[in-house]
Amino acid sequence: MTQTVFAPWDDPSKKPLIRFDCVTKRFGDFVAIDDLSLDIFEQEFFALLGPSGCGKTTMMRMLAGFEAPTEGKIELAGQDIAPVPPNKRAVNMMFQSYALFPHLSVYENIAFGLRRGDMPKNDIDDRVGEMLKLTRLEKFARRKPHQISGGQRQRVALARSLAKAPKLLLLDEPLGALDAKLRQATQFELMDIQEKTGTTFVIVTHDQEEAMTVASRVAVMDEGRVIQVATPERIYEAPNSVYVADFIGDVNIIKGTAKPSGSDRYEILHTDGQPPFSAVSETSFSEGQTCHLAIRPEKVSISADRTADADNAVQGKVLDIAYLGNLSTYYVELPGGQVIKAQTANTRRVSRRGFTWEDSVWLSWTATAGVLLAE
Amino acid sequence: MQRLALIAVPYAWLLALFLIPFVIVFKISLSDIALAIPPYTPTLKDGFGPFFSALDFENFAFLASDDLYWRAYVSSLRIALVSTFLTLLVGYPIAYAMARAPEEWRPTLMMLVILPFWTSFLIRVYAWMGILSQEGFLNQFLLWTGVISTPLTILNTNTAVYIGIIYTYVPFMILPIFAALDRLDGSLIEAAEDLGCSRFQAFWLVTIPLSKNGIIAGSFLVFIPALGEFVIPSLLGGSGTLMIGKVLWEEFFNNRDWPVASAVAVILLLILIIPIILFQRNQQRQAEDEA
Repeated sequence: MTQTVFAPWDDPSKKPLIRFDCVTKRFGDFVAIDDLSLDIFEQEFFALLGPSGCGKTTMMRMLAGFEAPTEGKIELAGQDIAPVPPNKRAVNMMFQSYALFPHLSVYENIAFGLRRGDMPKNDIDDRVGEMLKLTRLEKFARRKPHQISGGQRQRVALARSLAKAPKLLLLDEPLGALDAKLRQATQFELMDIQEKTGTTFVIVTHDQEEAMTVASRVAVMDEGRVIQVATPERIYEAPNSVYVADFIGDVNIIKGTAKPSGSDRYEILHTDGQPPFSAVSETSFSEGQTCHLAIRPEKVSISADRTADADNAVQGKVLDIAYLGNLSTYYVELPGGQVIKAQTANTRRVSRRGFTWEDSVWLSWTATAGVLLAE
Repeated sequence: MQRLALIAVPYAWLLALFLIPFVIVFKISLSDIALAIPPYTPTLKDGFGPFFSALDFENFAFLASDDLYWRAYVSSLRIALVSTFLTLLVGYPIAYAMARAPEEWRPTLMMLVILPFWTSFLIRVYAWMGILSQEGFLNQFLLWTGVISTPLTILNTNTAVYIGIIYTYVPFMILPIFAALDRLDGSLIEAAEDLGCSRFQAFWLVTIPLSKNGIIAGSFLVFIPALGEFVIPSLLGGSGTLMIGKVLWEEFFNNRDWPVASAVAVILLLILIIPIILFQRNQQRQAEDEA
């Protein structure tokens, strides 16, 4: 049995559900969204990720209809949605504050959207029942929002926004108000519900771990522009810029100049008098071009003696150790003054740790471990 | 002990400023008119035995026998209800606009609502006489613009009383409604629109229910004083305006019939106690909802 990989973005014959076409949004002089183009496909779980103020919430509000683009157009299923008011869009939103109606019961909150159409009463009842079951809220149907817990409120908000079976569901920092444990459980619940209902989800978050966990694709944004759109693995393993590499996870950035040494191999001259690092890169660099080598700390191994077969090996001194329980991050100072982070899993008890402060250690990594970035 | 002392303060206040005066008024209402100082009998000078035996409900029976009084009560209730409703119609949009105004404007707007209280209430009512009279500013303005050809008679009618009550009490309506609307989370309206409501539906289904407590509080704050209002009907109202506050004044100062005037006041208080209790229950429920 062959399993088909869900990747409509690689299929040129697929039509996107949402298309941002050169969209610009200004608030007075402030440019919130800067000439942005983006396609989102049906049944995707798409994450907009970025620091606060990067324009991700503005994009969501434009999809919901609360803001109109200043320039460009947004298409939903091939149709320009600019003239459609929020109450006529087949798009529903789950608000960051949940925005549950405090004067209505959980049941009435979920039924609120359904009652606005001409749905028969029995069908409304069935649909609300279905939603209550999906979000495991049957027992709380008669309660008011202030009589249930934060996690339950989050599920009511989700049930309410899903009740009308929208083509597109927008989630604005949906898990922001939950504590870490509950957030993790809810992330999987969200993915499960997304899969069951087949609805296209667009989630806005500033939490990279959350975006990586739930999303089929992630768009990393900064100052109103999309810097990179790719699957979580690609974003992490093959960031297209120093900004993305730095924003997602922990990374060592080594600045230097490139010197081609093979078809796709480069030597990176980083510090005067130190041997160059070697790296493999798909994108080509010219001789003497400034480049940045980005390596994840977990791809750098640390050892007492030099590893014989490593492409890159460098000796340094342990400056600091960050003990995270399951992992330890070693901050190792190289002779040139550069500090490299190396991460290892703590498979042994900490008392039997091999290195300590001020120890001289060897760091090594392969030529393919890092990514070579121009900027 | 400390807690007892703390509770004693408000109860002492209630006793001194409400219960004792009420007992005195109630006692006078059970007395008979007399040409004396004070103008009623019996007094404690007569001794305990005769004092209690002389008290009776004659004055209340008199109030029931003369239809002037119950017509005045009914008329007062009607005027108070209608003007409360009209004050709500005027006050709600103002409160709504204030709550929607930019943050930096709100203190100024609030100030403007409270500003009239800085001058004497009596002078403001007299100013309305100047506006509403036959030769008043309003008529002169309307004649000048050509909207009317003969002056309107507004002063000394019930219309003038309604205008006076709305003008005087609208801040009491605005403030609690503003407080309720100010706390309203804007994303609730967006959520309602997102779920398929038009602007008007969102207002009707979300904004109105969530400002309900403000509406109730404001309505009672207007209705209760409007029911016993005396100055506005006597200055702006005409001979046809029948309000219990006016009747009470006439009994007391024109007829010098303190016992009947006291009986009128006791009945008025009994009528007011019902809305006051309802008002307090609303306040209590609101406090519980927020807890």
